[in-house]
Amino acid sequence: MPSHDVMPNMDLYQPVQVEDALAIADRLAERGWLVGGGQDTYGWLKDRAKSVEALIDLSGIESLRGIKETADGIEIGALTTLTEITGNDLITQRYSVLSDAAGRVASPQIRNIGTLGGNVSQDVRCWYYRRGLDCYRAGGNLCYADTPEGMNREHSLFEASRCVAASPSDTAPALVALDATMVIQSSGGERTLAAEDYFVGPAIDIENTTALRPGEILTSVRIPSTWANATFYFEKVADRNSWDFALVNIAAAFKVSGGNIEDSRIVCGAVQCTPRRVTNVENAIRGQAKNSSTAESVAAMSTDGARVLAHNGYKVPLMQNLVKRAISA
Amino acid sequence: MPPDIPGKVTGEIKYAEDYKREGMIFARLLTSPMPSGRVANIDASDALRMDGVIGIMTADDLPPSPPPGNPALASEYITFVGQPILAVAAVSEEIAEEAISRIRVDIERKDFVIDPLESLAPGGPKAYPEGNVLLRTREIGPGGTPIMSAEIKDIKWPQSAIDALREGKEPVGAEFPSEWAFGDLEAGFAQSTHIIEEPFVTIGYPHHSLEPRTSMAYWENGKCYFHGSSQSQSANDNGLARMLNIDPANLVFINEATGGGFGSKIGPYPYMAISGNFSRMLNRPVQLRITREQEFYLGSARSGMQGWIKIGVKDNGKVAAVDLVIVNDGGSTGGGSGSSSAQHVTIAYQPESMRFRGISVYTNTTPRGAQRGPGQNEMAAVLAPISDKIATSINMDRVAFRRVNVADSDGFQGGSRGPLTSAFGREALDQGARLFGWDEKINQPKRNGSKVRGVGVGIGYHGAGGRGYDGLVRIAPDGKLHIHSGVGNLGTYSYAGTSRAAAEALQVEWDNCEIHRGRTDNHLPHSSGQGGSNTMFTHGRANWVAAQDAITKLKEIAASELGGSPEDFEIGGERVFKSSDSTQGLSYAEAAQKAIEMGGKYSGMEYPDDINPITQRAVQGIQGTGLVGVSKDKIPGQGQPPGIQVGFCEIEMDLDTGKYEILNYAAVADCGTVVHPKNFENAMRGGAVWGVGLAGLERHVYDPQNGLPANVGLYQSKPPTYLDISTDTNMSAVNIPDPQNPIGARGIGEPTQGASAAALASAIADALDGHVFNTAPVTTDMIINHLAGNTYSTQTPNLKTNTF
Repeated sequence: MPSHDVMPNMDLYQPVQVEDALAIADRLAERGWLVGGGQDTYGWLKDRAKSVEALIDLSGIESLRGIKETADGIEIGALTTLTEITGNDLITQRYSVLSDAAGRVASPQIRNIGTLGGNVSQDVRCWYYRRGLDCYRAGGNLCYADTPEGMNREHSLFEASRCVAASPSDTAPALVALDATMVIQSSGGERTLAAEDYFVGPAIDIENTTALRPGEILTSVRIPSTWANATFYFEKVADRNSWDFALVNIAAAFKVSGGNIEDSRIVCGAVQCTPRRVTNVENAIRGQAKNSSTAESVAAMSTDGARVLAHNGYKVPLMQNLVKRAISA
Repeated sequence: MPPDIPGKVTGEIKYAEDYKREGMIFARLLTSPMPSGRVANIDASDALRMDGVIGIMTADDLPPSPPPGNPALASEYITFVGQPILAVAAVSEEIAEEAISRIRVDIERKDFVIDPLESLAPGGPKAYPEGNVLLRTREIGPGGTPIMSAEIKDIKWPQSAIDALREGKEPVGAEFPSEWAFGDLEAGFAQSTHIIEEPFVTIGYPHHSLEPRTSMAYWENGKCYFHGSSQSQSANDNGLARMLNIDPANLVFINEATGGGFGSKIGPYPYMAISGNFSRMLNRPVQLRITREQEFYLGSARSGMQGWIKIGVKDNGKVAAVDLVIVNDGGSTGGGSGSSSAQHVTIAYQPESMRFRGISVYTNTTPRGAQRGPGQNEMAAVLAPISDKIATSINMDRVAFRRVNVADSDGFQGGSRGPLTSAFGREALDQGARLFGWDEKINQPKRNGSKVRGVGVGIGYHGAGGRGYDGLVRIAPDGKLHIHSGVGNLGTYSYAGTSRAAAEALQVEWDNCEIHRGRTDNHLPHSSGQGGSNTMFTHGRANWVAAQDAITKLKEIAASELGGSPEDFEIGGERVFKSSDSTQGLSYAEAAQKAIEMGGKYSGMEYPDDINPITQRAVQGIQGTGLVGVSKDKIPGQGQPPGIQVGFCEIEMDLDTGKYEILNYAAVADCGTVVHPKNFENAMRGGAVWGVGLAGLERHVYDPQNGLPANVGLYQSKPPTYLDISTDTNMSAVNIPDPQNPIGARGIGEPTQGASAAALASAIADALDGHVFNTAPVTTDMIINHLAGNTYSTQTPNLKTNTF
């Protein structure tokens, strides 16, 4: 077993204009690898668990950074760091669920380097897959985690399709809760996707966790004013309080009037390969009082359909409790 | 401020990896991808044809190291994932890595095992073809010299014993290679009014030394200059010289700063053989850089335990009987710490009768070795909630229960019931309870919404000192006191703390002292390994006796110069002078000059016969340059100096999430005199942090399907972060001098972690109305499962180690 820790030989492109990056990405297609903060990338490459001909380093493209107000909300450049998001006034005042989520990602050092685009586009953290085993997600024909003896404490409760890896992102549930739009550019132009559709599960695409295709770059995230200043809730439960991925996290937005919930978006992370909207709960609490009684009455339904693996059963009560807390908070 | 702190903060300090040498080449390792097998063939022809590749080293290039040895490079016996098979040297690391990927190694797979109980079961897999258990033997050789040896034995238990232990019962009919007992166990249980039986399991975890064990070696004029990463200095000399097949006189071991060891770098480790021998083979300086990932595999780990304990107590809380069974997970090196775990029980309980039965089983997981309080600390973590359960069952306060049982100066340790030099566990408990506010905290409201408070108390213990090592000091003609220390520099500055013993005995201003350390050719005496919390006691004494020798010589020199007998003289103000007339005397500088002129023992031209050969060489290196004080520590006395610590912890647990916040932590050490208050507090804090890891976060996780480890990375192994620990800490010490150390100190490094782990485990149990998980660590998912009444996930206890 080689134990590598130097970077492999590969080409490195460092464009400073989006157009140049798009041209390079288009030309290289599958042979290129986009890197922002690199916190997901470098492990893959140094471990040789994935290899690539060329890195396209986006970090020099200034236009992909920053947070600006738009006619209908805000737009966040994909290269904006998690630290910037955590401390940005527009976000903390109007969309605090996102700044709260960004502030719980990994560690301060990683948040200083890690970007929003990277955090939502990062690959799953299934340790079998990360080790370079030939699982379904890696193009093979088996799953090491979804077995009676698999070490699957961190894996999915829902929507498993051959692969049971869970979404590792803290900001992804917040963006889904905020009904964000992902702006994707390619040399052919721009397309947008609802955050909910940006994330894809194994039933649709087992080798990718997002709808981003070779040649495309996630350039920004737009957050509409629809949910600005809503009543928000974010909580992440991880073994450690820093530098750890969620066992379960929750991001929720409520429109509350007269103590009653007019509408809500409640999203859990780390329970399936994509952020999971708990739509049955959203429907059940519409028009109900936002209080602990309502919360208690719907918490259990949040995990309807869960398929428990050998070691992740604790996620069921944990998710129920987080849904309960989000509604009763 | 210790002198190397600025360098560590700025990065200017040099670790082994930072040393370069002209012509240096880079070696990298090819390691096993599978947990068990044998190397059938190696084809390195492609790699050796690459530009820049200098050579390859395999097991064939090193002396054989058959089982139970832990070879530097494996061939016939591959026993863990990540085990080195060969090294490639090249002019750059990149080329070396590329070369490794072009080498084809054919490995014959063999059965593997990660669960010791599975290996003990009839027909169960075993880590070595020869067997599954490491057996240490001790025979008396010619002249009564004990000959220690080890062998691998195949031991199987009846399935009924396996089933019984897994169900938390005594494994009747099981074979135990290690067993001791004292007192009348049967009578002890008969006299007990309350008896409980509990199973327990602890999971080992890696040391994760921040400085991986990189080494660099080069040879000049038949001498090997070896830059290594060790906890110790002189304690490496003989073992490393043996690895290189040279006279220790031809080894210069250089190690000025070390980035963590925690027990994994006490003495030379197998992989040192690679850089040293490879360098000689290729006649080039060779650096073998160990990666972060490799440090997980090669850097050693704590042993795990699967066990059962039966405890009988009398109405007054006194423990009358303990019956203890421990199956250790010895990983690929087989050694466990069961007896040390039992030793913890003897200190915590001082039972009237006790039996220990232990067996240490090989698994195809990483090598295991000493890790901060090996045996004692993980036992402390699982014993604390069990102790609470007993105390509660007899309506006794949990601190009071410990107070009744803990060792005092008349107490004993271990199965041999050996004496202690002094012990003040009760005083520590009393002081700690006051510091923490135990009486108030146990009576405060527990529940607040989804939050519940828990308070806990725990005891940590480790033997804390050795005897019989050498001290070496020299007063130079400029009047400076040169203290030669063979103590390593792990960042605890014990080399400096112990040097103060010589400075104070000779009454020399600290600014007028110079410590020589860090490389063999600084003429360093024979020293203990910096493990086992021993250094403060061991080398405080050794330096003190060297200083006494220097004082004797100062007085003799003064008497010969000024008339009278040595008894007429005393020292002070860096002078030796007549007690009757302080104007008649010599400065230390003058005395040193006289010593050189007088020669013989005064200048180190002669030295005592009983000092170690390492010290003899050190004296030879400085002889004739001043007044030499050198002596072996023969201070009379007996017994083990104990390091005892009590910890008190308050947590607030969220019943919705299973998470808890550690609100505050108070600890009191019984470590004799505190020599260096700042470093004492640092040791206390460091141990407190790691105790949180032991009790709540860290563990090995292996896949039973393929033997692969799940948490190689630091982020996956989860040592506690700043946000996982208490920032409200109160540290104190009983501070009663130990009578068998002239400076009064005993060690405390290891118990600091055990006390913290035990106190946290106790607090977790308290928050959950006394629920005993019987595991270390107790992780978030276990707490959630318990609260939810889940039965379909992690069973507690399932007595499985190395898995979830």
